[in-house]
Amino acid sequence: MNNKKSEPLFHVIKRDDMTRGKAWGIRAISIVAALLLCALVTTVLTGDNPISVYATMFSGAFGSARKTWVTLQSLSILLIISLALTPAFRMRFWNCGGEGQVLMGGLAAAACMVTLDGKLPNALVIIIMIIASIAAGAIWGFIPAICKAKWNTNETLSTLMMNYIATQIVAYYTVLWESPKGSGKIGIINQNSNIGWLPEIGNKYLLSILVALLVTGFLYIYIYYSKHGYEICVVGESERTANYVGIKVPKVIVRTMLVSGALCGLAGLLLVGGINHTITTTIAGGQGFTAIMVSWLAKFNPITMIFTSLLIIFLGRGAGEIATVFELNQSFSDILTGIILFFIIGCEFFIRYKLVFRSGKKEEVKNV
Amino acid sequence: MFDFLITFIPRAVGQGIPLLFGSTGEIVTEKSGNLNLGIPGVMYVGGICGVIGAFAYEQSGNVNGFLAICIPLLCSLIGSLLMGLLYCFLTVTLRANQNVTGLAMTTFGVGIGNFFGGSLIKLSGADVPSIALTKTSAYFSRSLPFAAKMGWFGKVFLSYGFLAYLAVIIAILASYILKRTRPGLHLRAVGESPATADAAGINVIKYKYVATCLGCMIAGLGGLYYVMDYASGVWSNDAFGDRGWLAIALVIFTIWRPNVSIFSSILFGGLYILYMYLPTGMEHMEVKELYKMIPYVVTLIVLVVTSMRNKRENQPPLSLGLPYFREER
Amino acid sequence: MTDKNVAVSVKNLSKSFGNVKANKNVNMEIYKGEILALLGENGSGKTTLMNMLSGLYYPDSGQIFIDGKEASIQSPRDAYTYGIGMVHQHFKLVDVLTAAENITLGEEGKLNIKKATAKIKEICDKYGFEVDPQKKIFNMSVSEKQTVEIVKVLYRGADILILDEPTAVLTPQETEKLFVVLKNMKADGKAVIIITHKLNEVEEISDRVAVLRAGEYIGDMITAETNAQEMTNMMVGHQVTLNIERPEPKEPKPRIIVEGLTVKDIDGITKLEDVSFIARSGEILGIAGISGCGQKELLESIAGLQHVESGSVKYVNDDGSVEELIGMNPQDIAEKGVALSFVPEDRLGMGLVGNMDIADNMMLRSFRNNGSLFTDKKTPHDLAETIVDKLEVSTPSIETPVRQLSGGNVQKVLVGREISNAPSVLMTAYAVRGLDINSSYTIYDLINEQKKKGTAVIFVGEDLDVLLQISDRILVLCDGQVSGIVEGKKADKNTIGLMMTRLEGGMTNE
Repeated sequence: MNNKKSEPLFHVIKRDDMTRGKAWGIRAISIVAALLLCALVTTVLTGDNPISVYATMFSGAFGSARKTWVTLQSLSILLIISLALTPAFRMRFWNCGGEGQVLMGGLAAAACMVTLDGKLPNALVIIIMIIASIAAGAIWGFIPAICKAKWNTNETLSTLMMNYIATQIVAYYTVLWESPKGSGKIGIINQNSNIGWLPEIGNKYLLSILVALLVTGFLYIYIYYSKHGYEICVVGESERTANYVGIKVPKVIVRTMLVSGALCGLAGLLLVGGINHTITTTIAGGQGFTAIMVSWLAKFNPITMIFTSLLIIFLGRGAGEIATVFELNQSFSDILTGIILFFIIGCEFFIRYKLVFRSGKKEEVKNV
Repeated sequence: MFDFLITFIPRAVGQGIPLLFGSTGEIVTEKSGNLNLGIPGVMYVGGICGVIGAFAYEQSGNVNGFLAICIPLLCSLIGSLLMGLLYCFLTVTLRANQNVTGLAMTTFGVGIGNFFGGSLIKLSGADVPSIALTKTSAYFSRSLPFAAKMGWFGKVFLSYGFLAYLAVIIAILASYILKRTRPGLHLRAVGESPATADAAGINVIKYKYVATCLGCMIAGLGGLYYVMDYASGVWSNDAFGDRGWLAIALVIFTIWRPNVSIFSSILFGGLYILYMYLPTGMEHMEVKELYKMIPYVVTLIVLVVTSMRNKRENQPPLSLGLPYFREER
Repeated sequence: MTDKNVAVSVKNLSKSFGNVKANKNVNMEIYKGEILALLGENGSGKTTLMNMLSGLYYPDSGQIFIDGKEASIQSPRDAYTYGIGMVHQHFKLVDVLTAAENITLGEEGKLNIKKATAKIKEICDKYGFEVDPQKKIFNMSVSEKQTVEIVKVLYRGADILILDEPTAVLTPQETEKLFVVLKNMKADGKAVIIITHKLNEVEEISDRVAVLRAGEYIGDMITAETNAQEMTNMMVGHQVTLNIERPEPKEPKPRIIVEGLTVKDIDGITKLEDVSFIARSGEILGIAGISGCGQKELLESIAGLQHVESGSVKYVNDDGSVEELIGMNPQDIAEKGVALSFVPEDRLGMGLVGNMDIADNMMLRSFRNNGSLFTDKKTPHDLAETIVDKLEVSTPSIETPVRQLSGGNVQKVLVGREISNAPSVLMTAYAVRGLDINSSYTIYDLINEQKKKGTAVIFVGEDLDVLLQISDRILVLCDGQVSGIVEGKKADKNTIGLMMTRLEGGMTNE
């Protein structure tokens, strides 16, 4: 047992001292490395050379005015959802229920459009829709929050369950409002009257982009400059400290999740009232989950989030273009997104820790 | 009623087995303190790898029963093992956030499944958007030889492919190992308090890696069972649906007990397909969508009720979701 | 080499955490058959050094020799194979497992609880421990848990036993018992290292004493050939006068009146029973007691952080009017105009937010003060600068997360904030724990300054010498009950020590 064991080649120690610039440098390097690997994978699968792969991807995202607008619109929706989840994450409340909260917001909007068509003037319908969507999203955020606040129910798991409950409720109404009957979908709601269609500003894309910008600004101020934001931060760091200074933790949890859910509901409203004018169970398209990663990648900073969501949307739309051009499957973008995420997730290690190699140690001892 | 049960129970079991694989895998994983939200992705990968293996083998011409089972099985296990290693490398070695890593794995895994599924469908030149591996499936879904002679008993208990029995055996084994053996004791210690386990000389990293990789391999079999047995060898994209999440729900529902999961998974399977047994042509067909909601609602209630009662024994492993670094101060 | 057998020797061992050098080129030897006391102030690197021996930390550089051969201890498992076992200050036990399961944790081979139980019983009988092997840890008391820890190391058959401040949670009787065990082990030829900063224990138990200061090895002495003064000098580096100022209270008036306070924890175990006392303005009321006998609950009840079973806590205003504080939370108390400050025991887990910078931590108490929806960043920033300046907090900047500061500086930041709003009641829990001598005196001075201003100070301490010198009156708690209140000037250590362990002991000067 006393045989001398080999020294480890290196060992890991924690670091606190990395500057922000350097940290973002490491992240940038990892993204470049991931993009190279993605290019390699694409080249293997398509036979195209890596540079033209990215040219194709770029043209998929920004190749024409229309494509650019669509990219920006998708970006804005993902950004709003990511922003919506952010206050909860800063509180260390793992809201994995963005998907369900968006769906419920969308469902509320669709319900107003379907049931109020022809009964109220358009402007009034839209106001009711806005209130209903935000309220519906907020309610979906409230249920896991109250369970967490009262009984410390694991929120990751409860919000996940809420997603599927929401999906089934939407499925229920899809059948109920089916049009034409038997088609299994709702179709464009109020195609002729356009009741409940959110007004277009300039063109049909700009509205969500403007809303996203507004929400970004609002959230930036909310998080960094408001008392609520400060309370969220204290609760997230230490509930005991929060109690100690008299912050009512349950109240903050519930309030923050109401904000989080309400903003998700807003995204649902834009999806249904502004973009698709219909509702399906897949209208959120997994963005509730993608948003978790977008928010985390941005270190929960609203401004940085613009760029991280752009990255994800660019990959999605770019890979979609590759899939179309080379007749590949649309799921290709999921694989590329996965690869990029793994690289960024992995690179955080090199920001928080450093490796110390043991070389040179022997001489040190001799010198003494 | 009896006749109904005899036809209903085997269908429920068929639905339940993938969930049982998934939940057993996730329980083993979570007992090590890793909350692997990538399980849905892993199950997709397990399924598609099996499909790729079977497809390649079927293309080669003559099909031998032994190899027809072994090749897809091996491919599936290797595929899910790789996913497990990826998850462990990121969360254990690089100490990344488990939620984010898991969700990225689900995106990635579902992407892999649908991408290669789609490519195979194109390769096979089928005119329907699915690929049928009927020969391989025949071996996977072969029931016990005397099942047909045993009447209702045979139908309810003996009419399944070997993977179904394997699922039950794995669940019982996992339960036994966790409760009664030293590795099980060590694993629970790692999930509860890695620092303590470490100080006691348990190799925390090794336990986390082994438990998570084994968990992924078990879960991946769920995907394989679904394609090869339940779906009779037909792969179509997104057909596996949200069963991976349902498996995670089951983990909570059973309060981290694989043996309880055997019955619960069949119960969930039954709830999942109950809507199909509603009399057709009813006025309100939309109600069937609400039936599909039941497993999730029930799980949510179980989750809330266990947290309300707050019994120390019924809580998730204490370090669930947290990375471990020995030199943390 | 002398005739003594070296069990462990370390050469040029260094370890740092971020920018903090916890150990710098430590060279020392530990012999078989001796009890070595490792002495040093908190933060001097004792625990880090021992953690490197027990495999929890890996040294940045340097070598460890066990029985003369170089050893690479990369994990606690390695440490066990080298025969090194450590009882940590914070228990390393799995709550949901039983004592027997915890003790056998990490062993190889087939799980056989019956056999293990028999061996545990044997060890317990040999040394006089009492452990129920089937009891789950979450049902155990603190001292039961420690017993399990020690049995665990003995069960593992350690030759080199390290104990990190083992007596901190023990009663004097339990400490005596432990020392008997340690002497038996020494007679058995084992090497025992005991980390402590209690000089009387060093003198009682150890053969040799080694001193660390600021991460560096200062030297060693044979215990029999040295004295407390010499040890203290080595520990702190220069002569320290142990005089703490005690100004006479100026016209003390009742400020906090506690009557019949009873508190139970979530498991229904009584933590405080029928506690009554009066804290007066301009006076320091010391609170003595073995750790965990209700001090925390008492302070938290007054601060509005503890659910109270029965009893009352009244705050007396300057004009004689009275507020009942029970049933209010800290915010309510502040809104009533009661300037209550509280320096809790857990500084970074409760008093401050580790990841926030000094300025943002200043905001914790005051962020509600302005009427708007937004926080005022300027005032706390100015306050932070004042405190850093006045209390000589050594920090790279105001924007440094407090987690990166050393213990003394963290405490200065916390105390500085708590006294910044001119409190009428100041409660401190273990205000100088882990602080070097100079920081400790800064804190004593700050507290005395408050006392002179007429603040009612409640000072919970663990060091009886300090309590006796700083307090005007000392309330002694024993097992959640008041065993007496004595005059600081008249009381002596023995009386208080007795009162801490026995309810009927001591006299009441009230």
